[in-house]
Amino acid sequence: MFDLTGKNALVTGASGGIGGAIAAALHGAGATVGLSGTRVEPLDALAGELGERAHVLPCNLSDAEAVEALPGQAAEAMGSVDILVNNAGITRDQVFMRMSDEDWQSVLDVNLTATMRLCRGVMRPMMKARWGRIINISSIVGATGNPGQANYAASKAGMVGMTKSIAYEVASRGITANAVAPGFIATAMTDKLNDDQKAKINAQIPAARMGTPEEIAAAVLYLASNEAGYVTGTTLHVNGGMAML
Amino acid sequence: MSDVADRVKKIVVEHLGVEEDKVVENASFIDDLGADSLDTVELVMAFEEEFGIEIPDDAAETIQTFGDAVKFINDAA
Repeated sequence: MFDLTGKNALVTGASGGIGGAIAAALHGAGATVGLSGTRVEPLDALAGELGERAHVLPCNLSDAEAVEALPGQAAEAMGSVDILVNNAGITRDQVFMRMSDEDWQSVLDVNLTATMRLCRGVMRPMMKARWGRIINISSIVGATGNPGQANYAASKAGMVGMTKSIAYEVASRGITANAVAPGFIATAMTDKLNDDQKAKINAQIPAARMGTPEEIAAAVLYLASNEAGYVTGTTLHVNGGMAML
Repeated sequence: MSDVADRVKKIVVEHLGVEEDKVVENASFIDDLGADSLDTVELVMAFEEEFGIEIPDDAAETIQTFGDAVKFINDAA
């Protein structure tokens, strides 16, 4: 099951914990992967680990021109982009009353606008191929909200609405668009929390632990597969029961 | 009928699955030939490929009928 042999996948934020696990899972299922991210070193390291069928495609997602160019670069390196995983995301947490325009805009630019540009950039060849998979990594906080994360939550909720709209438009062309909404996952992003914060979070999770990047990757692998061809416009929540949506 | 018109007609017939005699000068892709908005985007993509031209989005929006398409392509070539 879940054989992606011959498929080409572009994964943004592949230098991070979840993105790296997603790329590894798709690669493990036979896909060729384009590893995108701002930091080249971890991308090179991951490509080295994966071996063949891995291409490093550095891109700064806050640079609109670089984002516009990425789908073309990925198609050039791999031959096509059949699977797009918009995983890259940033946070600029701040109490809402003190949130600056820049805190707001930088998060929206990377998390939502870059995702839109990449979805748009891969759409034409996917339409022609009558096959495509768009998987946008949202977040539990896009559905529940979170204090200090008005910008991040707005960007992640925005991704869900956009994903559903895309799903409507291209469903008849064999293209699916779905979101995956991770809960608390043990990565560099959650490592910033102190032990007290972590204990409080774990107390809210029925599974009583943080998730692993591999558990998010498994959800992405499913949505990328041929078997998930009838699943579109949905948000797959992977959160240990923290929010049952 | 010109060569361009024949080639455009072939694309329209194939893509929209309509009878060839329905594809007349004033036939609107959406109102007369049953295209949805995504079909019109795909038709433009097919025209670009067939004729090796670029049809920008603002121009694509003016291509509503078979005649519009033939005229645009003739002008662009």
